Amino acid sequence: MRPRTRDLALILYLTLLLLPLYWMLNMSLRTSTDILDHFALYPADPTLNNYIKIFTDPGWYSGYINSIIYVSMNTVFSLLVALPAAYAFSRYRFLGDKHMFFWLLTNRMAPPAVFLLPFFQLYSTIGLIDTHLAVALSHCLFNVPLAVWVLEGFMSGVPREIDETAYIDGYSFPRFFLRVFVPLIRTGIGVTAFFCFMFSWVELLLARTLTTTDAKPIAAVMTRTVSASGLDWGLLAAAGMLTIVPGALVIWFVRNYMAKGFALGRV
Amino acid sequence: MNKWESNRAWLLVLPVFVVVAFSAIIPLMTVVNYSVQDIFGPGNRVFVGTEWFREVLSDYRLQDALVRQLIFSGLVLLIEIPLGIAIALTLPARGWKVSLCLVLLALPLLIPWNVIGTVWIIFLRPDIGLLGVFLNSVLGIKFDHTAAPADAWVSVMMMEVWHWTPLVTLLAYAGLRAIPDAYYQAARIDGASAWAVFRYIQLPKLRGVLTIAILLRFMDSFLIYAEPFVLTGGGPGNSTTFLSIYLVKLAVGQFDLGPAAAFSIIYFLIVLVFCFIFYQALQNVATGDRQ
Repeated sequence: MRPRTRDLALILYLTLLLLPLYWMLNMSLRTSTDILDHFALYPADPTLNNYIKIFTDPGWYSGYINSIIYVSMNTVFSLLVALPAAYAFSRYRFLGDKHMFFWLLTNRMAPPAVFLLPFFQLYSTIGLIDTHLAVALSHCLFNVPLAVWVLEGFMSGVPREIDETAYIDGYSFPRFFLRVFVPLIRTGIGVTAFFCFMFSWVELLLARTLTTTDAKPIAAVMTRTVSASGLDWGLLAAAGMLTIVPGALVIWFVRNYMAKGFALGRV
Repeated sequence: MNKWESNRAWLLVLPVFVVVAFSAIIPLMTVVNYSVQDIFGPGNRVFVGTEWFREVLSDYRLQDALVRQLIFSGLVLLIEIPLGIAIALTLPARGWKVSLCLVLLALPLLIPWNVIGTVWIIFLRPDIGLLGVFLNSVLGIKFDHTAAPADAWVSVMMMEVWHWTPLVTLLAYAGLRAIPDAYYQAARIDGASAWAVFRYIQLPKLRGVLTIAILLRFMDSFLIYAEPFVLTGGGPGNSTTFLSIYLVKLAVGQFDLGPAAAFSIIYFLIVLVFCFIFYQALQNVATGDRQ
């Protein structure tokens, strides 16, 4: 494809991608009755009331704070345990390695509906119900396997000669890992961090089951928009717009790691 | 690649094993427990063996849902994987434009799934939604996802492709950036065509990330619940009742924990078998390329 057609294709795709988001923005600036009453390409009489309600009602904004707390805990924790494990899978052969690697991913494959009750019982037994830690820990079930898989893919792309040279040069394992290896796979770490953040951020069922009030996530708070008078579409759209913000910040911070990629010459 | 042989590597894997097993094994065993018992209340349960499994397997509504689910996931993979790679290839290599594109691409992924369904309800409404009005009034196509099963399918597919293709793109893009420049320089010297570069350099190097992308997209689309449930409620009729929508109907609607648990286990095994086949196939493709 010539550069011109390529850019046009990309712009067309991004435009289509943004249309539903634009519609959400449009809805968030209107009242519910206005949305249901007539079609409007842009809000004729934009109102910020939906956003003001979210920022002034503790029931609403605490949902965002709770979500950010447990999602950050989960992302950091997933990366910390997954980094050494992914290194082991990409560099060593050991007893049961292939089975273990695939077993990890099987933890993402169970349909959640029926598993919620045992989860609730398990976390009640150990007294973690309605804490951020409970949600962060339970989300490790699907984020840690993902992190291991993604990181292993990136680590396998790094030639093993780099490890060998470093060990010959007298690096100890921890020093080699932190000083040489981790910088080499920043792309992978950036992508993984974003995915862990994203999957934990949008997960609703576990987060809702394991919390009642103190750690209630934003996705669960949103179900409050259903009232006797029906759904408050404008408020829900405003809340939806605001759920995008933290993740967009995360990807903004990791974008350089994704864009720079892998430069062998740096070692 | 020949790996070093050392069982001490287990020490590096141990933390992951402990963390995952903690949340995995006890709930799984509890569900297995449910699936072989008839539960009337606390402390009042009867062992029924494989009765629930037999009942669930002969349920024709489940078989219908399974067929729909397989078609759905098949379409998801056929559309999203090539489209995702194609878009990753059109992304610029560096500069502020990349940052902008990456942020824009990530936006749909960050919206909670129940909200996505809700926004698409309005977006598709023939009277007040952007796409609904465009299709019905501007193009003159009669499109209503609440009335016609075909329209409901198209709607769910559009939503799914809109929502998840960026995931494939982000993975493929990160994979593309990880290819050292030396490979492209060599290809330029050999006078390789763009297609040859894609087929013999980019695609093989993307194998790792594409394996993840294909497995993730398969299992997540196979387990899809919130978005189609909110958008269509499984209707019209049963036309978009996918497996997990039917499972929740069974578990919550009829409050039947035994059959629902048996169903969950069968469901889990189906996903497992498919993922295993995909995984093995992709591994073999890779070794075939290398020889």
